[in-house]
Amino acid sequence: MRARLLLGALGAGLIALPQFSGSYVLSLATLALYFAFTGQAWNVMMGFAGQLSLGHSLFVGLGAYAAAALFVKFGIGPWAGLWVAMALCVAAGAAIGLLAFRFGISGVYFALLTIAFAEFTRIGFDHIGWLGGPGGLFLKVGQRTSWDLANLRGTPVMFYYVMLALTAGAFALCAWLLRSRAGYYWQAIREDEDAARALGINTFRWKLLAVAISAAMTSLAGVFFAFYYNNLFPEQIFHISQSIEIILGPIVGGVGTLFGPILGAVLLTTLAESLTNLVAATGLDIPGVKQVFYGVILLLVIMFLPNGIWPPIAKRFGLGRKD
Amino acid sequence: MALLEIRSLSKSFRGLRAVTRASFQVPEGGLVALIGPNGAGKTTIFNMAAGVYAPDAGEIVFAGRRIDGLRPDQVCAAGVGRTFQVVKPFAGMSVLDNVIVGALRAERRVPEARSHALGILEKLNLGAKRDLPAASLTLPDRKRLEVARALATGPRLLLLDEVMAGLRPTECDQLVEVFRDLNRGGLTILLIEHVMRAVMALAQHVVVLHHGEIIAQGAPEQVVRDPAVLECYLGEETDV
Repeated sequence: MRARLLLGALGAGLIALPQFSGSYVLSLATLALYFAFTGQAWNVMMGFAGQLSLGHSLFVGLGAYAAAALFVKFGIGPWAGLWVAMALCVAAGAAIGLLAFRFGISGVYFALLTIAFAEFTRIGFDHIGWLGGPGGLFLKVGQRTSWDLANLRGTPVMFYYVMLALTAGAFALCAWLLRSRAGYYWQAIREDEDAARALGINTFRWKLLAVAISAAMTSLAGVFFAFYYNNLFPEQIFHISQSIEIILGPIVGGVGTLFGPILGAVLLTTLAESLTNLVAATGLDIPGVKQVFYGVILLLVIMFLPNGIWPPIAKRFGLGRKD
Repeated sequence: MALLEIRSLSKSFRGLRAVTRASFQVPEGGLVALIGPNGAGKTTIFNMAAGVYAPDAGEIVFAGRRIDGLRPDQVCAAGVGRTFQVVKPFAGMSVLDNVIVGALRAERRVPEARSHALGILEKLNLGAKRDLPAASLTLPDRKRLEVARALATGPRLLLLDEVMAGLRPTECDQLVEVFRDLNRGGLTILLIEHVMRAVMALAQHVVVLHHGEIIAQGAPEQVVRDPAVLECYLGEETDV
């Protein structure tokens, strides 16, 4: 009940936000929601099913390039393109999963495999001249005052609402998954795979499903990225720092929880941005201050709240362990 | 008719012969105990029956169908539930959720699985602890949870790997009562056990394993008087 109220208040606040915020706050909020969304997608794999991916930039990048290429080269809009993006990412995720789970690769070695796939895709895209190679792929930019939802061209307010809808959709999906048969099976696999098998769970199949869902969700973030930023560089979008930034939110907020990834993403994005502004205001030029800040936060959370920030908050306000 | 039939089963690990041509049967509705000293190969036989390893030679027939070489989840789906000697609770999940995972084998929908799981928790006296995280349970309760989870999958045959070990005599007797009830209800049980108190109270048939070979089998009272069994447990008898 309390969780529902909180959710309602949060939703109302987020819907009303563009009414009384400037373009800067709006872009910040969009960024926070972007990481809340990708964090939730990653959380399906790691938080629910216990499969650590350090290569989620692969799915962001593939999704972004697929939708952008279809739009730029063939004039196919993002609503059609996203299905191609999703299919491509599910195929890539399935390839990784099939390889790893078939040969019993798990834990750290699985994480290394995900990094490897993201890295060689990054290097591969540097050599695809048709898509601009290292020079990048660009969508036409223009000052827009109207919404063209069909082609995802419009004002920052439109992009904010698109990202808000995606994040809310992801939240609903995750809440439903966690309470379904899949959610129970994934958690069992996460806790003890041998015991899960002995209870009749085909762990290979269910782990593969977790990867596929996570990849499909993340591909949507890629499509959004392409149409929001209008430029794609392999060095940026497939880079491991992208993957790391995706997982910081859930780790700080609480891996495996529903609210954790959202809370973590909002906290990190706003705090990091405030810090950058503060440093800029003092006139100092410290490159990389954001990364150092992330490092410090991560250290503190791991030392003092190894389960993330959300679980103790949930306990304190009686919001239920799973919420 | 035999529900489980172990036919001339052998298994080696890097040249070490863990089990050599073991054969025995578990009749439908029976309660059979597999006993023997540490390292006799009992758990190896269990793991082969549960699909953890494939045997090097021999056959395992369950309800008229070969199950050797199947994966653990397929063996479970065929109707064999098992517990682990070293308990493996889903530590981060609640007691009830642990059992729901097992119940989802038979009941695909969560609400039905939940009510099925609640019934099983009651049967094993864990009802009051259903909302606790499994990590907070004591060892006897963890053993009970292990049994509850396996039962929830709706097995025809239950494999129990030393569930009495580490329990106090009264706790042991309680669990014996639970197994006797389950057996009366038609469940076939094969148990590995060191606690002779439980074996003598429960088993209708005892199979004795030593160095991977079956050295005796029969009724419990008869087996404990068998010279070969006494020798492997207590050492050779000498005249004084």
